[in-house]
Amino acid sequence: MNSPLAHRVSAKAPVKLFLRSSVVVFLALGCVVYRVPAEEYLVTSGAPGKYGGDLVVAERSEPKTLNPVMAVENVSREVIGLLMADLIHINRYSQQTEPALARSVDVSSDGRRYVVHLRQGVKFSDGYPFSAEDVLFTFQVYLDPKVDAPQRDLLTIAGKPVLVRKVDSDTVLFEFAQPYGPGERVFDSVYILPRHLLLRPYTEGKLNDSWDLKVAPAAIAGLGPFRFREYVPGQRLVLERNPYYWKQDARGQRLPYVNKVILEYTGSEDAEVLRFENGGADVVSRLSARNFDALAQRRNPSEILIDAGPSLEYNFLFFNLNDLSTKNLRHIESKQAWFRDVRFRQAISSAIDREAIVRLVYAGRATAIWSQVTPGSKLWRSANVVSSPRSVGKARTLLASAGFSWNQAHKLIDSSGRPVEFSIITPVNNSERVQMLTVIQQDLEEIGIDVHIVTLELRTMLSRITTTLDYDACLIGLATGDADPGSEMSLWPSGASAHFWEVRPTAPPPLWQIEIDRLMTAQMSSNDPRERKRLYDRVQELVAVNLPIIPVVSPDVLAGSKAGLRNFKPAVLLPYVLWNADELFWGARQ
Amino acid sequence: MIRGKSAIACGVLASIHGLALVANFAAPYSFAAQQREFAWAPPTSVHWLDRHGHFHWRPFVYGTNGADESRMYPLRFFVRGASYRFAGLFPSSRHLFGVDAPGVLFLLGTDGFGRDQFSRLLAGSRISLTAGWLAAILSLALGTVLGGMAGYYGGWLDDLIMRMSEISLALPWLYLLLAGRAFLPLDAPSSMAYLILISVVGILGWARPARLIRGLALSLRERGYVLAARTFGASGPYLLRTHILPDAAPVLLTQMALLAPQYIMAEVTLSFLGLGIDEPVPSWGNMLAGVQHYHVLTSSWWMLLPGIAPAVVALCCFTIADALAGRRGVVPL
Repeated sequence: MNSPLAHRVSAKAPVKLFLRSSVVVFLALGCVVYRVPAEEYLVTSGAPGKYGGDLVVAERSEPKTLNPVMAVENVSREVIGLLMADLIHINRYSQQTEPALARSVDVSSDGRRYVVHLRQGVKFSDGYPFSAEDVLFTFQVYLDPKVDAPQRDLLTIAGKPVLVRKVDSDTVLFEFAQPYGPGERVFDSVYILPRHLLLRPYTEGKLNDSWDLKVAPAAIAGLGPFRFREYVPGQRLVLERNPYYWKQDARGQRLPYVNKVILEYTGSEDAEVLRFENGGADVVSRLSARNFDALAQRRNPSEILIDAGPSLEYNFLFFNLNDLSTKNLRHIESKQAWFRDVRFRQAISSAIDREAIVRLVYAGRATAIWSQVTPGSKLWRSANVVSSPRSVGKARTLLASAGFSWNQAHKLIDSSGRPVEFSIITPVNNSERVQMLTVIQQDLEEIGIDVHIVTLELRTMLSRITTTLDYDACLIGLATGDADPGSEMSLWPSGASAHFWEVRPTAPPPLWQIEIDRLMTAQMSSNDPRERKRLYDRVQELVAVNLPIIPVVSPDVLAGSKAGLRNFKPAVLLPYVLWNADELFWGARQ
Repeated sequence: MIRGKSAIACGVLASIHGLALVANFAAPYSFAAQQREFAWAPPTSVHWLDRHGHFHWRPFVYGTNGADESRMYPLRFFVRGASYRFAGLFPSSRHLFGVDAPGVLFLLGTDGFGRDQFSRLLAGSRISLTAGWLAAILSLALGTVLGGMAGYYGGWLDDLIMRMSEISLALPWLYLLLAGRAFLPLDAPSSMAYLILISVVGILGWARPARLIRGLALSLRERGYVLAARTFGASGPYLLRTHILPDAAPVLLTQMALLAPQYIMAEVTLSFLGLGIDEPVPSWGNMLAGVQHYHVLTSSWWMLLPGIAPAVVALCCFTIADALAGRRGVVPL
């Protein structure tokens, strides 16, 4: 009793001893009955950081849903990208694929079978283990016609959905009906769903109603770097650090570094910029060139502004080339003789002063383009598409060769003496496109064409170009989610969902369109990257010559952050700034 | 008699409307002419003293919008320039003032396309003033007829018209305008499409004047001379036309002076929301719409100058309304 140990013994000592012994025995038995796999972390290459701080991001619009099965617009998908993870991911900076939840992938020599080995020991943000069952469930949901997920089209090759089979608890086999050109890129942004949370809503047919913005934080879980914490309508959405995230840095620190990501909704880009300028936001993206320059002129040392160069977004003009024979749109049909003449479209392209648009609308922070592939696409841009500077003389020659002439008032008239005039519609809320049209209007006036600019509310405009077909011409912009031409399959082949200029194709289609259809199909089923490049180069050449769309300009990706934010690397692929939110950390704040 | 402040207000209003009528002549450039090398140019400085300190009787500007002091361009009157129709009638290419090319004269600077803001402000006054007065007249005319009938006849007609006015006041007019814009043919001239929209705004605004006129009619129909005329067999329309509405004239004039600037500001609001007249035709509203951008607010102060025009017109109208109300002992609503 006099030993030092005697002082530590109390009446509760036997109980504690029993509990400790029980734990040891329980753990020992557990090792025998069920082996908990070690966590297979993905080690990132970004500079190691330090924990702490919140990240406030100014956003102009709110997400519609947190449900990956329902999300179609970029804002929702950007938030979901922070909550969820995919098997294989496209690095937005390098534009190359890299493993994510898949530890490795074995591809068969014919390019049809992908054996995906899953990372072991990974857990969802609610602590529930991730397994091959979740992968099977996810693809079952995405491929279910009743669910009608937007990913279904991507996962359907040659009219047949991808076959998914579980090989063992950590291995899944994917089998395509034919070789798939874009390869493993197909898995990007196909977010893995938690079977333990969504199986019930799915079997009850209520999956599409799940995970709206009113969802309780405990009812949503993912494998992304953050988890949902709070949504205040019209104000903010708050995400918090996922303590079970499966990435770590070179020092062995589990990512992400910041405690919270707070998405503050401002309603407009200008309000976003003001909030950033006043210190109310740490990150701002999708800046207009003029606002970017205005911020740059202030030279605020606490701000870093980055021009990441040309994006993948391309703004283009197109004419209504639809078959309108069953529509009562005589006033447009009568103009389609002009629109269908390739020399007319070439003349319009030649008359547009793209460099003036770059200078006046984008303050030089954009690139004039003559092809749908912008300089932002590092791998796919064809060197054979040459830029042709504005030439009013060439435009006039082309128009004259197509049978047009000019009256005494210098107005362009067609062979029947009818003045050439048409309207161009564009969304009312995009001031840069309205400005582009103001330049184009003046440019075309120089060759005697009167253009009416009509700004419409976005849904009204989309209804006109996809349903009623009641329009002459339209100016819009598209930003594909990936640089790979596979993402353009919804655009270029006849009958594709976004084949806007010819939603109702004419019969027979022009020869160049038949050629584009063949080339696009061929590049999708080729395993050889060089062959795919050659095929897609030819598509670009055909587009540049035949101009079903008239590419105009590609704006730069412009973003800004507070000076203390590290690893901030805006990319040209969507989402431009938060693609590596898990690696962002605060250094010394200024 | 119009005296003092109201006389000045009338004079200023008359001058603005006169300028609007001859806007193309008074403006040195066409409102649509883009001089792209002068995008976002600040207002041109007009000098009497040159860089050597010498005085010049004829004011002048330096070359390249003031950047090139080696070249001077004197202001000239009745210079030749872009063709237009004087007061919308006679073809002409003479402009009240200007400078010889390659000199430029931008009294209020230029916008992002190098278009002269002063010329656009003058041209825009035609659209904005027309819109304001047209909507005010429509809303007042409809309000007077319906309000007069409701007030004079009373009963079920009064109930019906007043319930209609309540529904009209509760209508989300912005959505109606969006829908209206969506259904207009695309090849309709921009000014026509716009005037249709502003007419819709005017027609939708009948309820407030109608409720005011109803109150007046309720009061006037009990006056002795109205009762006497009714005793002698005068009909309702006759009484409304000859006794009640003429007595309501001062109130109507006051209302007109109040409504017109409100509708001019409505034009500014519509343009701010992108429902205004389309490019390249200017209006005060679409000129001010650009000011919502951060870069314009911080870098191009001269873009705010068009805001002075609707403010001056509103001030003049309210001064006149105040004077009219004061003379008749009517409190403006």
